[in-house]
Amino acid sequence: MPAPRSLHIEPLGDAALLVELGRRVDTALNTRALALAAALQKRRDVREAVPGYASVAVHYDPEQVTYRGLVGVIQRLLEAKPPPAPHGRLHRIPVVYDGPDLEASAAELGLSVETLVRLHTEPTYRCFMIGFTPGWAYLGPLPEQLRLPRRRVPRTHVPPGSVAMAGSQTGVYPLPTPGGWHLIGRTSLRLFLPQSDPPSLLRTGDRVKFFAAVGPDGGPS
Amino acid sequence: MTSGPVLRIEEPGMFTTIQDLGRPGRRAAGVPPGGAMDRFALAAANRLAGNPEGAAALECSLSGPTVVALRSCLVAVTGADFGLTLNGVPAPDWTGIFLMEGDRLGFTGRRWGARAYIAVAGGLDAERWLGSASTYLLVGRGGVHGRTLHAGEELTLAGPEPRPAVAGRCLPVGQRPTYELSPSLAAVAGPHVRLLSPPSRRAFFRERWTVSRDADRMGYRLEGETLQVKAEELVSFGLAMGCVQVPPAGQPILLMADHQTAGGYPVVAGVARCALPLAAQLLPGAHLSFEEVTVEAAQAEWRRLRGALDTLR
Repeated sequence: MPAPRSLHIEPLGDAALLVELGRRVDTALNTRALALAAALQKRRDVREAVPGYASVAVHYDPEQVTYRGLVGVIQRLLEAKPPPAPHGRLHRIPVVYDGPDLEASAAELGLSVETLVRLHTEPTYRCFMIGFTPGWAYLGPLPEQLRLPRRRVPRTHVPPGSVAMAGSQTGVYPLPTPGGWHLIGRTSLRLFLPQSDPPSLLRTGDRVKFFAAVGPDGGPS
Repeated sequence: MTSGPVLRIEEPGMFTTIQDLGRPGRRAAGVPPGGAMDRFALAAANRLAGNPEGAAALECSLSGPTVVALRSCLVAVTGADFGLTLNGVPAPDWTGIFLMEGDRLGFTGRRWGARAYIAVAGGLDAERWLGSASTYLLVGRGGVHGRTLHAGEELTLAGPEPRPAVAGRCLPVGQRPTYELSPSLAAVAGPHVRLLSPPSRRAFFRERWTVSRDADRMGYRLEGETLQVKAEELVSFGLAMGCVQVPPAGQPILLMADHQTAGGYPVVAGVARCALPLAAQLLPGAHLSFEEVTVEAAQAEWRRLRGALDTLR
């Protein structure tokens, strides 16, 4: 299998590098990134390989491998046929659609609230990456009809469990943090699991389906 | 022996936490490496106290604490110069110091730098989370309940004091990082440096940058010439400590120990490991610049620098 045409490998400082397979949201590229990260993670000279949307950030031990040596290893790994993609685990996440931006988002999109909820619960989303904060999952792609730019002014405080969307992405805030996405609902499901290892409910490659819950706390009705 | 507390915090200082060399291998779950901002200073303090480099120790930001020895122990203080005193008398930093029961370690006030480290022979006992004792405030994990230390708290040792515990060993200035008030940070050009306009690329490596007030363990926003960055939408990717991102507004952000693990802003440079201790000692208002180096040169410089730690084994 040829290496992706848009392959870029560049340093991130002197003990990490970034392998970019492309610069777009694409399930095939994400699958390839996951496979490369898994292969690199097995190497003793690699401390951690972190899959991104279409990339792998590789943290390596310069006492065990040179930068050029590792670049060669990665190019060879990308020439090999990737192993079949594992079928990510499916998570069904209950959502109470009553977020503070729900009505404004629907109005801006020219949709009824009911249609917005139906469109948001229709797809099975892919978890393209975990990162930013512990347990944050980048889910997508969002249906075209739901795409809005981020809020002009981010909120300084978003409660954990808030279900949000921005651009082609959707997700659930795992921690109380600032945030610029549109808050359309909330879930009682916890995405950050400090007692677990890894401490994230979702993993890259997992699948997520939201469903509208009527329970008062967002729990399954 | 290891039973019973070894130090009591009389005054906690401005922002004192327990740190080590960081949390390994959990970035893929969104957990940053954390650990000491100045990893060289923490490792040196531990070596001077006879510990493994990554033992848990105190990181003291902006001002030092006052601690009282509850029994005899060997300590070493490194990093920023906050005016170290032993029972009110100036004491040497970057040096192993033997404390007797009742001895009081204090600081007269900041003279230079941002973060001092206090290591104790045996290492500090602390809550470990995912393989590290480092305090991560965002999620309240590690160290002491994932927060800064409070007055009156007592610290115990993680294990037996190493034998022999030798006081008086020191790391001379020439073997430390070349700490400066306005350092030039060695940095490797990053994956998206070509998204800067050619004048902005030259400016990035030539201009003097100022650390803004928005500077903490997560990262430093820098102020200076507005960089022209091509508004190409990148899809989010993994980041590393030392990465310099440029958001569309054109003011760079230097990522430090508790950095966000993913982002989509162009990364124009990565500060080398040998220069991160210099960055860790900067406060808002400080100036810095970036000096472009190759990966190989940066790695060689780190090897040279950390060779000094090996002389303390």
